[in-house]
Amino acid sequence: MAFLELTNLEKVFGTNRVVTDFTLGIEKGEFISLLGPSGCGKTTVLRMVAGFETPTSGTIRIDGQDVTALRTNQRAIGMMFQAYALFPNMTVADNVAFGLKVKGVPKGERDARVAEMLRLIGLSDLGNRFPFQMSGGQQQRVALARALAPRPRVLLLDEPLSALDAKVRVSLRNEIREIQRELGITTIFVTHDQEEAMSISDRIVVMNGGIAEQAGAPFDIYNNPRTRFVAGFVGTLNMFTATVEAPEQGLLKVAGQTVALGTGAISARAGETVTLALRPEAIHLGRAEGREVVLPATIEEVHFLGSVIRVRARVADTVVALDTFNRADQPPPPIGSTGEISFSARDVILLPQ
Amino acid sequence: MTRVLAWLALLLGVLYFLLPLAGMTEFSLKMRRGEYSFDAYRKVFEDPQFWATFSYSLVLAAATILVGVLLVVPTAYWVRLKLPQARPVIEFITLLPLVIPAIVIVFGYIRLYNTSSLLPLTGSALGTDILLTMGYATLALPYMYRAVDTGLRTIDVATLTEAAQSLGAGWFTILARIILPNVLVAVLSGAFLTLAIVIGEFTMAALLNRPAFGPYMQILGANRAYEPPALAVIAFAITWGCMGLIQLVTRFSKHERAKV
Repeated sequence: MAFLELTNLEKVFGTNRVVTDFTLGIEKGEFISLLGPSGCGKTTVLRMVAGFETPTSGTIRIDGQDVTALRTNQRAIGMMFQAYALFPNMTVADNVAFGLKVKGVPKGERDARVAEMLRLIGLSDLGNRFPFQMSGGQQQRVALARALAPRPRVLLLDEPLSALDAKVRVSLRNEIREIQRELGITTIFVTHDQEEAMSISDRIVVMNGGIAEQAGAPFDIYNNPRTRFVAGFVGTLNMFTATVEAPEQGLLKVAGQTVALGTGAISARAGETVTLALRPEAIHLGRAEGREVVLPATIEEVHFLGSVIRVRARVADTVVALDTFNRADQPPPPIGSTGEISFSARDVILLPQ
Repeated sequence: MTRVLAWLALLLGVLYFLLPLAGMTEFSLKMRRGEYSFDAYRKVFEDPQFWATFSYSLVLAAATILVGVLLVVPTAYWVRLKLPQARPVIEFITLLPLVIPAIVIVFGYIRLYNTSSLLPLTGSALGTDILLTMGYATLALPYMYRAVDTGLRTIDVATLTEAAQSLGAGWFTILARIILPNVLVAVLSGAFLTLAIVIGEFTMAALLNRPAFGPYMQILGANRAYEPPALAVIAFAITWGCMGLIQLVTRFSKHERAKV
């Protein structure tokens, strides 16, 4: 039995079904990200775990205890919000101490815990400041310390980095992950930023239209997307339409070329069309060893991004994006030039229609 | 040219407000023939009725403020948090005391709570005081509600509530430790307006036959010449003193400066 278990969760607002049959088990100390576009239901799932929303059906269990009917203040959870939500009338130290005061922790113990938390977030000297005297990043760190101070069973992060600028976001997300690992606290992180989710999660749950499309480690989600939505939402994806030639041998036709995916790779029948997907980094400009599929292409766009050059090339009626590393002795191809792209059949992701 | 006109408008405004005050103050100092003196003020302060009625009204004002805060803060908070669709209805209800004259309200009270009713509040001094406090709270409702509602608008009520709940706080703790301190200046504005209303209110106190400051001012105004303007100046000084106190509280509550 997992530490945090969400079983068949459903949430309906009026006639709008926001979350459908959501089931997920989270192990103790695991860092899970709920990833998806706006309105996919990820925040609603988080709010149901927090107790701010009551599930229409389904159960939530924390450490074996059914908390579905419990109020938020009875669940022993910690939460970080997008808008920091620090209490403006309290100093940083008072904010961190709030949960402990509510719990009735004696003053000496409370002060020690506040000092420990402020040390953990690197703001030991700022305990007497008010929230308005701090930067967004500092405020969000205080919010983390405040959420962790009462030793919650589960930490819930509701897009806590969205309001911060890019640089602070990266450093704070690493800090959050470091602290989470150090304390071993079970964490659910809601975000619509795939890079954020992939960089810090043990597992990602990709949500769409109220359902969990796929759950898995970032590596698996990226390399083996199970649905067309997951493939398109996580990372950039090139899609080709192909016609099945000999399914038993794994042969299909793409842009006039026969591609062999291997036996057992194709479940469709001969003559049917399927969608092939390829990550930009799986496509090579020109021929290369180990990339047996070669297709003619016309260069349409070249974007120099520093260490990486992103090229958009037309292959038959499809425009594909491919990434190539910058090399001083190899200038990017001129726009309008013709050439070839190559890839390995091993890198092809076959998507369901 | 525009600057000159702006200054002129300001000057006219200042004269419009200050001239009557200056005239009234000057008249209040003329009790002694041929010279200025504080005789009128001395007479007012020496009158035991002044202290009795003034302290009675102050006590009732404090009670009214307490009732107002206990009624309005949770209501305005709940409407903002859970019932935003009910806001127009609540606003309409809180505006009713402005359109229903105090005399109508007090006659309604007397009819409902007279000695032969189920709840004979008018049968005792304490009961009548409670009734008068409720009446004052009704009269102050439009001002108190608006002041508190404006204060609530400056904070993210929903997120702060959820943050406090996630830290284990119940409704009372949230209201007392998070919401009230963050709208304290707004509550004080409402309290000050309530105090001003209660100190000067005549109709309800007179018809319920209670020894309040309003009826005392009326009696004094009907029978004396110099004491009433002196009393008005005193009342004015109290009002400005209250406003000064609000400013002082705002200045000393650090977090309020963040909103400025």
